[in-house]
Formats: sequence, C-alpha cells, structure tokens
Amino acid sequence: MDLFEYQARDLFAKHDVPVLAGEVIDTPEAARAATERLGGKSVVKAQVKVGGRGKAGGVKLAATPDEAVARATDILGMDIKGHTVHKVMIAETAPEIVEEYYVSFLLDRANRTFLSIASVEGGMDIEEVAATRPEAVAKTPIDANEGVTPAKAREIVEAANFPAEVADKVADVLVTLWKTFVAEDALLVEVNPLAKVASGDVIALDGKVSLDENAEFRQPEHEALQDKASANPLEAAAKEKNLNYVKLDGEVGIIGNGAGLVMSTLDVVAYAGEAHGGVKPANFLDIGGGASAAVMANGLEIILGDPDVKSVFVNVFGGITACDEVANGIVQALQLLADRGEEVTKPLVVRLDGNNAELGRKILSDANHPLVQRVDTMDGAADKAAELAAAK
Amino acid sequence: MAIFLNKDSKVIVQGMTGATGMKHTKLMLADGTNIVGGVNPRKAGTSVDIDGNEIPVFGTVAEAMEKTGANVSVLFVPPAFAKAAVVEAIDAEIPLAVVITEGIAVHDSAAFYAYAVEKGDKTRIIGPNCPGLITPGQSNAGIIPGDITKPGRIGLVSKSGTLTYQMMYELRDIGFSSAVGIGGDPVIGTTHIDALAAFEADPDTDLIVMIGEIGGDAEERAAAYIKENVTKPVVGYVAGFTAPEGKTMGHAGAIVSGSSGTAAAKKEALEAAGVKVGKTPTETAKLARAILAG
Repeated sequence: MDLFEYQARDLFAKHDVPVLAGEVIDTPEAARAATERLGGKSVVKAQVKVGGRGKAGGVKLAATPDEAVARATDILGMDIKGHTVHKVMIAETAPEIVEEYYVSFLLDRANRTFLSIASVEGGMDIEEVAATRPEAVAKTPIDANEGVTPAKAREIVEAANFPAEVADKVADVLVTLWKTFVAEDALLVEVNPLAKVASGDVIALDGKVSLDENAEFRQPEHEALQDKASANPLEAAAKEKNLNYVKLDGEVGIIGNGAGLVMSTLDVVAYAGEAHGGVKPANFLDIGGGASAAVMANGLEIILGDPDVKSVFVNVFGGITACDEVANGIVQALQLLADRGEEVTKPLVVRLDGNNAELGRKILSDANHPLVQRVDTMDGAADKAAELAAAK
Repeated sequence: MAIFLNKDSKVIVQGMTGATGMKHTKLMLADGTNIVGGVNPRKAGTSVDIDGNEIPVFGTVAEAMEKTGANVSVLFVPPAFAKAAVVEAIDAEIPLAVVITEGIAVHDSAAFYAYAVEKGDKTRIIGPNCPGLITPGQSNAGIIPGDITKPGRIGLVSKSGTLTYQMMYELRDIGFSSAVGIGGDPVIGTTHIDALAAFEADPDTDLIVMIGEIGGDAEERAAAYIKENVTKPVVGYVAGFTAPEGKTMGHAGAIVSGSSGTAAAKKEALEAAGVKVGKTPTETAKLARAILAG
C-alpha cells in the first residue's frame, strides 16, 4: 500500500526522522487556520500518489493565510496525471535549501534482502540519476537481521560521498529512517529530497512510503491509512467481503481459484477476445481454494454488479476441493442471489476441471440454469465467454 | 530419483494439530508420505490418530528429528508465528523446510531467509505462500493434490499453485518426476534457478516445465541460467500479460512496478534463452508433448 506524502511525513515524525511541520486539509478554507498555525506563511502541496506534481502546478508557496486559501482553492480538485487532488498538505516553508540529497531503503527481491540507495544528487527522479550518472548512486545491501547500525549508516554515507560536514546528520537520518522501515513493516521508505538547509541541518522535505499489507496482523494502525475515498467502489465492496478483486477495463467478468490461474484466465480471455471485437477481462477475482457457495455468491454478486460486465467466466480447477463441491457452490450461489432478490441477467460460462470434474459437470447440467453454459476446456470456455460479451 | 523429496523422506508437520495442518496431514498420508511426527510445544508427548496412523507430537523440531530421523518439515503455522517456526527449523538444521503459510510479512521472510544463509545454508526453504512439492508415487510435502497425475519424466517448477495443478492435469498421462511450487511471495527460499539446477541433474527428468508470473525478475534470471547451464528442454508459461501496473494480483509478489516485472519481458527473456513459451497453459502442455514425442 502506497501512502500519501502527509502520511509518510507523519510516520517519519513518529520515528524521529527530521521533517517540517505540516497538516492535511480537504477544504480551501481550512488552509487559513493551518497557515496561521505555521506563523502566517506556508507551502500548499497537492496530495497525490504520483510524481511530478511540482511541474504540474500542485505545489505553491503562500505568503499569507489568504493566499494559502487561494492556492488551496486552485489545487483542490486539480487533475494531476489522472489523479484528482482531494487533499492538500499545508506545510511549513523550508528554510533556505543549500543542497538536495536522496536516501531510501527498499526490498531487494532479486537478492532476497534489503537495499539502501543513497545519492548526493537528490531532488530529481532517482531512476533517471541512476541511468545517466550511475556513479552518483550508491547501493548498499542491508542484512535483514543486522539492520542499519550507526556503523552501517556511516558505510552508506561514505559509499555515497556525502560531504563531511553533513555526514553525521545524514547517518542519524539513515538510522531513524531504518527504524521507520522496520517498525512500520515498509517495503519502501524514500526521502527525496533530503535537504541541507542554511543552518546546516538536514530535513526530509518529501517522502514516499509503501507498506506491506501482509503485516496488517501486527500493524492495526495501518488500516486507517487506506485511501478509501479514491478506491474503486467495486474494489471497496469486494474488500469488505474479503475478496481478492481488482477492477479492470474490459467486459468479461472473471472468477477463478488461485492467483496464478486467475491471472492466466485474464490472459486467455484477452487472447480469445482478439477474435471477438477486442473484448477484454473486466476484473481479477480469486475466490481461493475452498470456493464455498457463500464465497462464490459474494464473488458473483460483485461481478454482476459491475455495469461493464457483459458475460462471466467462472474458471475453476478442482485441486483439493472437488469439482462437485464447486458445482454445488455455483448452483447454490445462483439460488442465494435469487433469494437476495438479485436478478442474474448476464450469461455465465463455467469451466470445471480436475478432481471429480465429471460429477461437477453433471451437477451443472442437471441444474440446467438458463444462463449457465458449460465448456470443458479453459481455452474453449474463454472463447465462448468472449463471444457472449461481444454479442451483447 | 526426483528432486528434493523421495520415498525415503521422513516428514514432520509444524502446525499439524491445527485444522489446516490436520486436513493436509491426512491427505499427505493418503499419498504415501512417510509422516513421522508433528510439532507443537503445547501438545508435546501426546499423539494424534489420523486414519489409524498414530502420529507422535514433539515439543520442538530438534526433538522430532532426534527421535524420528525426520529430514523434511512442512509448515502450516499462521503468519504471526511463522518466522519463529522457520527459525526453529533452521536452528535444528533440518535439510528441507516447506513453508505453506500465506500472508507472512516480508520483513519476516527476509529475516528467516537471511538467517538460513548465515547458518550455513543447511536448510533449504521452499515457499512461503506455496503449495509445496510432490514426487508422485513417492512422497507429497504440502497441499498439491496427489491424484492428478502419476510418476513420469517431466519436472515442473511454478510460482503458482493452481497453475501447477492445471499443468499436471494437462500432462497427466505422461506424468512427473517432481513438481515444485516455489510460491508467489516477493521473498522465497527456493527459486526457479534452484529447481532448474536440480532437474538438470536429475536422471529421472527429461523435460522441465517452468511457470512464472508477473513481478520481480526471477524469470529473467532463470532464463539467463537456462542459457548457460540447462541442456534439457525447457517449456515455459508466464501469467499476467493483462495485469495493470501497480496492482497486486492475488500473490503478494505479483505486481508490475513501473515498467519492471511485466509478463512480456519475462516471455521475451525466456524465448531468447531458447525456451518455448506457450500462450495458454493448454498450448504450453502441447509444446511439452511435441518435444517429448520428438
């Protein structure tokens, strides 16, 4: 889960990474009081999870509380690279910036460990710096069990050639930033820029944090950081029901079991769709191994509630769960939806294979639901679902 | 011969006495797995009757190994306790730990992987978030259905559980030497490369099927490895061509970040290494069939 800048700032502050004061607001008028609290001037910063907001006009200085209201009026509602600005941060104005650096910690999947990236050339896109001037970017592996000790922080500072006069301060920031990374179960903590100001202090002026959703069991406070306002309503509804769902932009609703098989189902439908006017998958939905009637019904309900969906492809491979149980689940789910007063009007193509497939197919055939068609191969069923979606 | 697991493997189950652990211990036994014990410190000294098999419960992995000669542990331990359980298995120096658990925080998996390396790599970790591995007709360590296919000469390595089952089903008449589900998390113990190396060295494997998915660059690195080191034919499949950028697709590790981790890049890298890559699981199975038919 990627966080907004203000949320990253709050987590940095919590773990003693030096930051400027700031608070988030969502109405222009609130900018006045917030700016007054900062002594009468502020920076108004759009809160969007995308880079380049400064260039897009999403970061403005305000010399007075009135000006802050005016700037917040301009920025709230602005579209930045497809992201609507719903919130702005009213931040303390930075003291005179002398230099801008870059520091981050992240998961290094390839090496199955953590990595520090540091550069004295901050303030711009680090990937660009790495591409054009790789010698200016220091990458240091971090042992997951040893972490960033003061000695390790010093090693990073030396590897990145930080100037001697800021070395101690940057090392301190690295230690507190690592503390943030571990304590919050983050996948990424990035400070860009880490600014050296006229007084000689270093301050995290902007930051990015991405959190590990698998750690929610021990991070109860993280739930409140979710951006429920901009979540797709179908994704939000699915999440409420503990369904693993991602909305896509096609017409064929997809339900399957197992993340890999469902991803594969999307691809197979997209290929099949090429012959049917370019129809595409409408969503990812993994109902997991068990596929009980209740879970199947919840999944169908979400998918049938998507106005973009023209047909539905249920693709289940019976592994431990037998296909007769899955078939019963589908039949009961349709009954459950009927009982809930939901009219099913979209055609369903069901492919069952694996454990007890024959029995499962027979259950579907016997139920003889007018909207349910059985196709017994994955590629064939995808083609049928795409054809039905294109015909609608 | 198979890889990592055979008829001589003596298997213990950490988390055997929980509902999931019991269910799958029963299934593993039915597949002929030699289950020699369970581990649960609170139930040490007791035993569990599973379909007429009296399975002793030990307090620790070390004790179970000492008393039974166990050399494989399958873990069904909930995410919050998984790190401690894997660390215990590593401390006991069990040769193979199969971590089925889904939802382990990545700081925990990175920590236990680093710990295994620091302890001299005496424990091979498979997973987490994986279905385990099966050597049909010999032993089953995990949750892969044992009745899909029979012993044969295809080796399979996959990030995905259900695609493993699908592929075993497509090629069920030919059969498999071993099938290894390595898991869909960002940090996993055994990689595609580890399994490829083992299958290359296994005299009972004639062809390798490798299944990948979006996220990270494990498939690209596997492709480079195949080019240099694998002489047996490899057939590949990659899932997630239609996955949007920045969205996690079910598996914690299945995410395209910016332009990295795409299915297209993985397919391209595999093809450049001489791997035939199928567009669908069924087509992939056909490619494997054609190669085996000569």
